[in-house]
Amino acid sequence: MTTQNDISLGARGLTRVYRRGSEEIRALDGVSLQIRRGEFVSFMGPSGSGKTTLVNLLGCLDNPTEGELDLAGKSIFGAGRILPERELTKVRREVFGYIFQNFYLIPTLTVRENVALPLAFYRKPGAEGEVERLLRLLGMGHRMNHLPGQISGGEMQRVAIARALVNRPEILLADEPTGNLDTKRSGEIGEVLQDLNKNAGLTVVMVSHNPTLARLGGRLVEMRDGRAYES
Amino acid sequence: MISKFQIAYQNLLRKKARTSLTLIGITLSSWVLVSLLGFNRGYENALDHDIDNMGYQLMVMAKGCPYEAATMMLQGGAGLRYIEQSMVDSIVNRPEVDEVTPILMQAFFDPDKGDGGGIAGYYGIELASYPGMKPFLRFHQGGWFRDEKAAEAVMGYEAAELEQRVVGDMILVPEKNVQLKVVGILERTGTQDDGTIFVPLKTLQQISGIDQITTIGIKIKTDADSTKLETALYQLPDVQVVSFTQVKQTIMKLISTARIMVLSIAIIAVLIAMVGVVNTILMSVLERTQEIGILKTMGAMPGDIFRLVWTETLILCSCGAIAGIALAFVFARISDLLMRSVLPYAPVGELVAIDLKLALLTLVTIVGVGLASGIYPAWKAGRVRPLDSIRSEG
Repeated sequence: MTTQNDISLGARGLTRVYRRGSEEIRALDGVSLQIRRGEFVSFMGPSGSGKTTLVNLLGCLDNPTEGELDLAGKSIFGAGRILPERELTKVRREVFGYIFQNFYLIPTLTVRENVALPLAFYRKPGAEGEVERLLRLLGMGHRMNHLPGQISGGEMQRVAIARALVNRPEILLADEPTGNLDTKRSGEIGEVLQDLNKNAGLTVVMVSHNPTLARLGGRLVEMRDGRAYES
Repeated sequence: MISKFQIAYQNLLRKKARTSLTLIGITLSSWVLVSLLGFNRGYENALDHDIDNMGYQLMVMAKGCPYEAATMMLQGGAGLRYIEQSMVDSIVNRPEVDEVTPILMQAFFDPDKGDGGGIAGYYGIELASYPGMKPFLRFHQGGWFRDEKAAEAVMGYEAAELEQRVVGDMILVPEKNVQLKVVGILERTGTQDDGTIFVPLKTLQQISGIDQITTIGIKIKTDADSTKLETALYQLPDVQVVSFTQVKQTIMKLISTARIMVLSIAIIAVLIAMVGVVNTILMSVLERTQEIGILKTMGAMPGDIFRLVWTETLILCSCGAIAGIALAFVFARISDLLMRSVLPYAPVGELVAIDLKLALLTLVTIVGVGLASGIYPAWKAGRVRPLDSIRSEG
């Protein structure tokens, strides 16, 4: 039986409507799903199917037009309640780590400094020792003092993953994490995410076009026309 | 661990050429500002010093343009007209007067001076009264004349240095073929006295064939009413009374227009530099929209981003202002020479006087204006949403 404490994210009827002039675009249309603590969920679907919009809402990067979202049983959005940016930031830094298709490493900072960057703004107790531990865990221990320009794309994404994990998030959101990498490097990043999920118990929510990568997760959700379909 | 200051500093290093150009702009404006503020202070101090070292507060001279005459006196030139020496007696007994001294200024053309000749200025002074009015004069060599009719001269430090004279040398008064023995060389005073040749009044009257004087210097008693004395002196026939306080005010008024213009240019220079700062920081913010969005996903609050961008402005403005102040200190002497070359009258002494207080005032001004300029880019950066970075992703 699933208890409230087992659930990381609970979405009910999440809808996101964008307006372009007089036209209404229903990017997400009443999606309901639950993601349990420690799950690895992949979202797949064609462009414009709403997968990134859904992950943005699940990751508190955007407010829904309608619907409710609970985070570990605590209501984030619901009954017309929209959180201001400041409140969303507080939720994000406590709960989530994000990685994106582009790595967004600061070119003038070393690998170590890039990973430590989030700690300049917010630091969970005990996070100080995480920088080097994570870099070693991700096989980047020998590259700590290199600049991003001196390492490969796959290594850059590992650094981005370490940066996302430095404040020990509960959930890792990965939006097309291998979009800029070749097949070999994509496979490596996929393995890293799988390891983090299995060995560190991290909840992983991933969007990917890559079917091989998407199948690494224990659960695959297909997105079509703003709706979610689970096989 | 990395601090916000390090992040801001590294951000500036990412566009080295743009950051350098902006820094140069701030440095130049800071240099101009501190130099002009230093000039304001230096000129006034030098003028005060010149006037205080005259030894007297009022001058009586023949009618004419008093300020032109005063300026000529300050510059060591000759007066325009003469007054009777007996006038000294009618002034000395006034209750407000402490001391008086008669002076005869004469200028002779010296064909050996400079390229193509020049004017040699001589001050005929009374041994009994003039040295007493200027007790601060010290001798580098020798001393004052033996008596009021001696064929002797006392040279100012620079006059002696220029002509390579020592005590005991004989100098020839040009045009008159009269020789005077150098009996004293004054120590440097930093005033016009440094370039003057002093001769006993009676000797100079005899050499020039003029038994009158050009000026009477009046030292007023400390508690006396100088306005009352000036009013009384105006009653004397055919004389002009020049108060050095008025001279100073007039000279300051004359240069105030130029000063306002130059200060306006300095302010414009600062404003142009600040437009450069806004441009640099705003460009940097726009280029880094995605990155700022990512910083927000990492937990940066709008205030964190605002402070980060503001810190960049602070670093730029502080470094530029400090570099400008340092250049102003290093090149103060050149600024001094430039100012002297364009000013109609420049007192002796340091014209561009920059001290720590002025340097701090400039630093605070530049950084203050800079931070005000940085508010808009910083505010704009603080408003970037994480979603903006994700939406604009490739």
